[in-house]
Amino acid sequence: MKEISLHILDIVQNSIAAKADSITVKIVEDLTTDTLVIEIIDNGSGMDKELAERIKDPFTTGRKTRRVGLGVPLLYDACTRCDGNLKIQSERGKGTTVIAWFKHSHIDRAPLGNMIETILTIVMGNPEIDFIYIHNYNSKEFRFDTREIKQALGEVSINEPQVLSWIKGFLEEGFNSLSGGAEK
Amino acid sequence: MKSIKDLEEIRKKTLDTINLRKDQSGIRVVVGMATCGIAAGARPVLMSIMDEIKKNELADVVVAQTGCIGMCRLEPIVEVYRPGEEKVTYVKMNPSKAIRVINEHIMKGKIVDKYTIGAEEK
Repeated sequence: MKEISLHILDIVQNSIAAKADSITVKIVEDLTTDTLVIEIIDNGSGMDKELAERIKDPFTTGRKTRRVGLGVPLLYDACTRCDGNLKIQSERGKGTTVIAWFKHSHIDRAPLGNMIETILTIVMGNPEIDFIYIHNYNSKEFRFDTREIKQALGEVSINEPQVLSWIKGFLEEGFNSLSGGAEK
Repeated sequence: MKSIKDLEEIRKKTLDTINLRKDQSGIRVVVGMATCGIAAGARPVLMSIMDEIKKNELADVVVAQTGCIGMCRLEPIVEVYRPGEEKVTYVKMNPSKAIRVINEHIMKGKIVDKYTIGAEEK
């Protein structure tokens, strides 16, 4: 994947497939420790320990169209290539947390990329899921929480075009406030 | 600065339009959003579809996402369902092709033959 935000979109699809109704994506960029940490936390169906171990292997998959699945293996490869690693914590019936970390300055680390498109894609396709995004950049923090938006909207769906375009503007302001728009 | 309070205004405006469009068409546009689609560029395709729908105020068109359709080498794939017609599958899409599909197929009912799976597999 060309952007880390594409990996995030991909891993979130696993949470959706696991019937999560709450998904949190947390990104922590810390330049003093030179780390980029990504956490994807869901309350979906989870899996047992044995499957959680196997999932880094491309020949482990939940899909039915073919016998390989590349979502987690691609992310695993991307972070181990950058002096990082990937960990999966999961419990059946409780949910799954995927934690991936990278050396921030590693030459092979893909840019975070267009997180705004990733968030819009998730929100648009899954209006019923509560989606929380927390981005911490050198201890400045930006939060986006669809629960607040849904509360303000009442009976209007979050994936109405006007709402999505408001969300887009809100996210743009949020990302600019974090880093001055340094990494795009 | 945008604030959650803006949403109150949007809510009022949207409620009016929702009431107007209750009995309209049932066109569905579905974008494949599994690993294969995402890696091939499905996200920008979806974004361009959304923008074009908003631009042309096609409020009654439903845009949805799906998992792997099983033809990963042809991603990004976009499927168009129009009521009473057969499903049309567009393959190897990009944002500009997607805009053309919206303008011709969705808005005028004219299938863009050369982007369909039938044309690709010839």
